[in-house]
Amino acid sequence: MHRRQILQTLAATPLALSSTRLWAADAPASAGTPRFLLVFLRGAYDAANLLVPYSNPFYYEARPNIAVPAPGKAAQAATALDDTWALAPAVATSLGPLWDKGQLSFVPFAGCADTSRSHFETQDRIELGQADGGTRDFRSGFMNRLAAALGGNAKPSRLEAMAFTDQVPLTLRGPLPVANQALRDLGKPGISASQAQAIEHMYADTRFAAMVSGGFEVRDEVTREMAGEMEAASRNAIGTKGFALEARRVARLMRERVTLGFIDVGGWDTHVGQGGASGALAGKLTELSQGLATFADEMGPQWSNTTVVVLSEFGRTFRENGNRGTDHGHGSAYWVLGGGLRGARIAGEQITLAPGTLFQNRDWPVLNDYRALLGGLFARQWGLSTAQLDAVFPGARARDLGLL
Amino acid sequence: MTRHALPLMITAALLAAGCTTTPPLSAPAAVHSVYPVDQDAAWLDRLSWGASSASLAELRRVGRSAWLDAQLSARAPLTPDLQAQLSTLTISQQNLAALVYAMEAQRKSADALTDDAAKAAAQQAYQQALNKLSREAATRALLLAAYSPNQIQEQLTWFWFNHFNVHQYKHNLRAMVGDYEQGLRVRALGHFRELLGYTAHHPAMLRYLDNEQNAAGHINENYARELLELHTLGVDAGYSQRDVQELARVLTGLGVNLSGTEPKLKPALQTLYVHRGLMEFNPARHDFGDKQLLGLSVRGRGLGELDQVLDLLARHPATARFVSRQLAQAFVADVPPPALVERMVQRWNQTDGDMAEVMRAMIGSPEFDASLGHKFKDPQHFVVSAVRLAYNTKLVLNTGPMVSWLYRLGQAPYNRQTPDGYALDESAWAGPGQLNTRFEIARAIGSGSAGLFRVEGEKVDRPAFPQLANPLYYEGIAPRLAVATQQTLDQAASPQEWATLLLASPEFMLR
Repeated sequence: MHRRQILQTLAATPLALSSTRLWAADAPASAGTPRFLLVFLRGAYDAANLLVPYSNPFYYEARPNIAVPAPGKAAQAATALDDTWALAPAVATSLGPLWDKGQLSFVPFAGCADTSRSHFETQDRIELGQADGGTRDFRSGFMNRLAAALGGNAKPSRLEAMAFTDQVPLTLRGPLPVANQALRDLGKPGISASQAQAIEHMYADTRFAAMVSGGFEVRDEVTREMAGEMEAASRNAIGTKGFALEARRVARLMRERVTLGFIDVGGWDTHVGQGGASGALAGKLTELSQGLATFADEMGPQWSNTTVVVLSEFGRTFRENGNRGTDHGHGSAYWVLGGGLRGARIAGEQITLAPGTLFQNRDWPVLNDYRALLGGLFARQWGLSTAQLDAVFPGARARDLGLL
Repeated sequence: MTRHALPLMITAALLAAGCTTTPPLSAPAAVHSVYPVDQDAAWLDRLSWGASSASLAELRRVGRSAWLDAQLSARAPLTPDLQAQLSTLTISQQNLAALVYAMEAQRKSADALTDDAAKAAAQQAYQQALNKLSREAATRALLLAAYSPNQIQEQLTWFWFNHFNVHQYKHNLRAMVGDYEQGLRVRALGHFRELLGYTAHHPAMLRYLDNEQNAAGHINENYARELLELHTLGVDAGYSQRDVQELARVLTGLGVNLSGTEPKLKPALQTLYVHRGLMEFNPARHDFGDKQLLGLSVRGRGLGELDQVLDLLARHPATARFVSRQLAQAFVADVPPPALVERMVQRWNQTDGDMAEVMRAMIGSPEFDASLGHKFKDPQHFVVSAVRLAYNTKLVLNTGPMVSWLYRLGQAPYNRQTPDGYALDESAWAGPGQLNTRFEIARAIGSGSAGLFRVEGEKVDRPAFPQLANPLYYEGIAPRLAVATQQTLDQAASPQEWATLLLASPEFMLR
C-alpha cells in the first residue's frame, strides 16, 4: 500500500467506526450503567391465570374449568399478593422470592389501544411504539429510538444494544445498527480464528470493514462468555435448559457488555386446553419465571442496575371458551422486575372486574397505555428529558408509576 | 500456499472426484458477445440470480441483445430433469381451490374433536400439512431461481411477490402462497394492470389484508390503504384519508369463499354475485352508494367498480413513478438515479405499463451499466448465487438447507410479516450479524454438499462436490477481484477453505 493510501484509510477509519461500531472500544459497560431487558411473550399470554383476581367471584364464574384456586382453597392454590390479586402456583417458587424482596411488580390492565386483536398488527404496533393513526414507519422501532436517544446523551455513553434473537426485531430496527445473536443453540463457529483474520483482511479496504471486524468481535465475545458455561453448569445440582439456559446466557452478556437487550418467547396462544393451576400454560409460566429468576441471579451485583419488562401484545378473553382455553382479548398484565425496584406492588390504574367493566363485555380493558408506562420507566431509569422521551414515544405522555 | 499451487490442487481434487473440466468460455468459435468476459459475468450477476458457468457461456454465445430478447419473452423451456423434480410436488398436481377445500375439511374435523389430546394432535397435523404446502412453494421458487433459463422472469417473480407482499403465517395462507406466486410468475413481464388486477382478486391478498372482513357498515380499510400506499401510488402521492375510505367502500363485499357453498341471495342481488375459484364478491355485503376518489366518480354497481378504480390507479402517473423507482432500487441502486427512473416512466407511459419494456429501458440505460458490481446482495441473491456458482446446472436434490439459510439471514420465502415487503436496500442487510452468518453459510457451501443432495429418507448426501474453480471463476470472477482478495485466496490451506473464502469475499457480496 502506498503511503498516500494509508493516510486516506486512516483518515476514513474513525468515521466508519463511529457509524457502524456495535460495542464500545473500551469493553465492559461500567458498573453503574442502567440496563434494560424487554421480554416479549408472542402469542398473547393469559394474564388472568398468572395474576389471579382471587377475591372476585366473577373470575370463578367466568372460568369454571380453568380457574386457578384461591389461596388456601386447594393443594395447588395461588399465593395472595394483596386483597385482590394472587400469584399462580406455577411461578411461586421462582417469582415469590423476588416479590418478597420488592424486586417484582405487576401492572394489570396494560396494553395498547389497538383493538384489531391481530397478533401481528398489535405486536408491530407495540414494537414500533409510534403514535396511533397515520402511516407507520416499519424501519423505526422504539428500542432503536431509545438507543439513539441514550447515545445522544452529553455524558459518554456506553450503550450497547443487542437482540438475543435470530433476526433483529422490529423494535430494534432503525438507523442505529444493533447486534443480534440467538443464544438458544450456540454452535461452535465454523469460521476459525485464522479464517476470520483472512476475511477481515479481504474487507479491510471496503465499506464493510468495521461491520466485519465488529461482527467477529461480537461472535468471539459471545463464545468467551459462554466458555465458562459448561464448568459452571457442572457445579450446579440441576442443569439449566430451555429458556432458563437462554436467560443465563443473556445475563452473562448484559452483566458484561450489553445494556439494552431484547428477547422473545413464543407459544402463548392458548385457545385450547390451557389448563389451570397446572397444565400447558402453567408449564410455560414455570419455564419463563425460572428463566427470569436465573437471569436475576446471574446478573450478580449488576441486578441492582437492571430493569426487566415482560409484556405480550394483548390479553385474552376473561371468560374461558368452549375448548377450555381463551381467545384473543385486549388488556394484559405487564411484569416489571429489577434489583433496584420499589416493587411488591400491583401498580397502575385498576378497576373491579365485572361484566359491565370488561372491555366489550369480554376482555380486560386497557387502562395503562404501554407507551406511557414504558416512557415513565425509561424517564426514571436514565433521567431522559421530555424531548428525548418524545423521540422514543412520539406524542405519548410518560406516566411514572413510581416503580423505580 | 503459493499462487500456483492451489489451482493444481483443485484440479487434482476434481479429477479425483471423477469430474471433467469444460472448455474455456472464451473459445473464439461461437462468441457473439462484444464485451470482456468478466463484464458479461457482472451483467449476469445483476440480471440473474447469479452468474453460473453455463449461463455465462450462453450469454457469450448469443450476445447481450439476443440474450435480453429471450429473457424478456421468457419462453425458454425448463430442462426435463427440473420439470420432473417440480412435477412431484402436490402444488403442481392440485389447483388452489381443491387444495384449500381439502385443508378446510381437515381443519374442521380437527376442531370438532371433543377429546383435548386428540384435538391437539389433529390440529398439529393440520398445521404440518399447511407447512408442507408452503415448503413446497419455497422449493419450487428456489429451484426455479437456481435453474430456470428465464432468469429475469424469476427475479421479477420475487420482486412482484415482495411488492404485493403476503405473509404465509396468516390464517391458511401457507396453502395459497404457491398459487399466488405462480400467477405472479406468468404475469411478471406483462402489463402492470394485469398484475394489479390479479392480486386484487386473489384470496391470499384478500385474506392477508383483511378485505374478507370489509363490508358495508363494517368497513375495514386495511387493504384499501395498502393498495394506494404500497401497491400503486406510493405514500407521498397526495391521496387523502377520504380517498382511502372511499376505496374501502369500493372494496366492500370482495372476499373469499373457502367452502364452495354459495350464499342464498335475493334475485336482484344474485345477478351481481361473483364466485371464481376461492374469490367471492358478495353483493349483500357491498356498499352500493356512489363513491368519489382521486377525482373519479364511481357509480355504485358492484364488482365492476373495482375495475374502474384499478384502471385509474394502474395508469396514474404516481404509480408509474413509484413502481419504476422501486424496480430501479431492486435492479440498479439503493438510491436510483432520477434520470434513469424518468426514462422508465416514459417507457411505462408509451407502453401502458408493459413491464418487459420498462425493464428494457432500465437495462439499456448508461446508469445501469455504470452500477454493475455495486449493489449489495440481499440474502436470497447471496444464497442462490452461491449455489449457482458452486453447482452450475447440477440440480440440488434438497432445498431445505437453502430455506434454513434464508431463515437465518432473515429473508425466508413468504415470511415477511408486514405488507411493505422485504427491504431492497443495503442498510437492511449489511449488518455485523448478517455478515457473520453469511461467512458461516459460505463455509457450509464451500466445504461440502451441505445437505443439498440428501434425498428425504436417506442418511447421507448423494455424491456431490462444490466446484467453484470453474470457467466462471477463472474468466468471469478472478479478473474482478481486489488484490487483498486475491492474496487471501492464494493463502487458502485447502480447496474447501479456498471456496469458503471466495464465497465470503466482499466481491461475492455484491452484484
